[in-house]
Amino acid sequence: MSVGLQTPGSIANDRLRKFLSGIPVRVTVVLISIVWTLPSAGLLISSLRPANDITASGWWTVFSHPFEASIWTVENYVQVLTAHGLAGAILNSVLVTVPSVVIPITIAAFAAYAFAWLEFPGRKTLFTIVVGLMVVPLQMALVPLLRIYTQIDLNGTFLGLWLFHTGFGLPLAVFLLYGYISTLPGEIIESAHVDGAAPLTTFSRLVLPLSVPVIASFAIFQFLWVWNDLLAALVFLGTREDVVVLTARVAALVGRRGEQWHVLTAGAFVNMAIPVLIFFSLQRYFVRGLTAGSVKG
Amino acid sequence: MTTATPAQTPRPPATSWLAAGSLRILVSLIVPLITFLVLRWAFIFMRDTEASKLAIGVVALIIGVGGVWALFLVTDNLVSILPDRIRESVRPFVFVGPALVILTAYVIYPTLRTVYLSFLDARSQNFVGLENYAFALTSGEMLIALRNNVLWLIFVTGFVVSLGLVISVMVDRIGRWEPIAKSFIFLPMAISAVGASVIWKFVYSFQPIQRPQIGLLNAIYTALGGDPQGWLILKPWNNFFLLAIMIWVLTGFAMVVLSAAIKGVPAELLEASRIDGASEIRIFFGVIIPYIRGTLITITTTVLIMVLKVFDIVFVMTNGQFETEVIANRMYREMFSFGNYGHASALAVVLLVAVIPVMIYNVRSLEQSRR
Repeated sequence: MSVGLQTPGSIANDRLRKFLSGIPVRVTVVLISIVWTLPSAGLLISSLRPANDITASGWWTVFSHPFEASIWTVENYVQVLTAHGLAGAILNSVLVTVPSVVIPITIAAFAAYAFAWLEFPGRKTLFTIVVGLMVVPLQMALVPLLRIYTQIDLNGTFLGLWLFHTGFGLPLAVFLLYGYISTLPGEIIESAHVDGAAPLTTFSRLVLPLSVPVIASFAIFQFLWVWNDLLAALVFLGTREDVVVLTARVAALVGRRGEQWHVLTAGAFVNMAIPVLIFFSLQRYFVRGLTAGSVKG
Repeated sequence: MTTATPAQTPRPPATSWLAAGSLRILVSLIVPLITFLVLRWAFIFMRDTEASKLAIGVVALIIGVGGVWALFLVTDNLVSILPDRIRESVRPFVFVGPALVILTAYVIYPTLRTVYLSFLDARSQNFVGLENYAFALTSGEMLIALRNNVLWLIFVTGFVVSLGLVISVMVDRIGRWEPIAKSFIFLPMAISAVGASVIWKFVYSFQPIQRPQIGLLNAIYTALGGDPQGWLILKPWNNFFLLAIMIWVLTGFAMVVLSAAIKGVPAELLEASRIDGASEIRIFFGVIIPYIRGTLITITTTVLIMVLKVFDIVFVMTNGQFETEVIANRMYREMFSFGNYGHASALAVVLLVAVIPVMIYNVRSLEQSRR
């Protein structure tokens, strides 16, 4: 608080300051939080209501008698997981996502280490190119890659999609990991060299363990990116039952079952469950990954 | 910077060195061969869609996790048998090589190829000059898509950045509830655009007038005395109902990043301006904003790029009908509905040209940070 002369301006200013830290700000923040949460809450509540109820009355009516067992059901979830094939789609999403996260991290970590600590001609230029590639829209690759994939039979395979996500995840991954690895204390890395450790040993025993925080950040970012991706999955995997991923399956449900809200709400929630879980458990890393890695193709 | 120096190990007696050396060469040749064969087998195995999904899954994970590592270990080993002098100049390329190969194959080559294809016809057979660009920039349908993209860029970016800024200043003042409020507003960022679209399709849901409204928006609107509306077919306002979804998703992101930046403003700086009698509004515009300028620029460009490429929301909500088309969705339709690869490529190039300023900005700031 200022203790200077009480000019009219500073009195008004003090009043403003109190106002800002007072009730109205709290009320506004609470209101915004409610507005931001209501749509998701509506989805979650609806997904647990019987199909007929969803279309007969608004989801908010459950609050008039929330403890009646008859208004709640998990039938919608059972139905989407079995009859609508979401269980298989979950497995496909996992199969797409895990390697699409691990492969770019591995390749980027090796590259970032070399860019940071090994001397070779063209080092700076190549790194500049990598940074430049960070914002290339993935749309640029769709037509040519789809053609090549069709020729070499990679279309509709997980491998094809992993490599695609690797390609478009790499620039950001290299950039992020370089930023971190290049700031590791030089004495440690040099002393490893003096002790006769080969670069590969230095990398795997020293650099990699020290880089866990940044790797975690990128991993979460890439996980969400791949898990939530629709475009690349539609283009390179398609909607065939044995490869279709969750997002594509739910998107198809919307198209075909525009008004079957019990299927849609449960399906959408299945799609959201894992990212939301990760969001709540790893928020700290998640924030860091997003902050650092938001510009991406 | 370190120059990699060869390991200074005492030299073992000549005979065992020879034995060890030849063994090493042998291993170095056999291991890559085995690795190559395994990878090749896995590659073919995974193309073979007859195999059971679980089996594919297991192989997939082994390859995904182990295969890449094996590739690095093997090539590094292979390089180790080279003579000392060459070895250390080749080794860095073992480390950066795979990244460069993949970037070339997946980003650089396709980008150049797409630019080339954008000058060819629908089937990529004949040169058509600028015809595809004439379509992309002047045809009636595309003018609507371009208009919509501009609407998205202006309104989503404007709202996300300013809302994010205002909310981050407000949550900074509510004390211990700050993390909870932030979590609620930030949560949509973890949700896929498909999930978000279903959520909002439900909010915008429309029922005929005599039936109870189950969509939140129509329920509120009818409670206030209006007639229920089909918000998603209400031209041109439907665009705003779609872009509101993206605002909902991205505001929390802007808030979190800006909030971190605002917390970085030194307390002494704020205190000093307060003692000088500056009003809170002046402090906000005169101290806080200049201090977080860099973050504001990053957030703005990031949101601009994400908005520019918006696809999923439009694809799921309306698929571009009712004059809600955007460039990225049109591109997808050109590829898969119309099979016009010339149009599709030209649309992709339009997106690329739009992000080139950001690319230049990124490279410039990299070069500045090097000085």
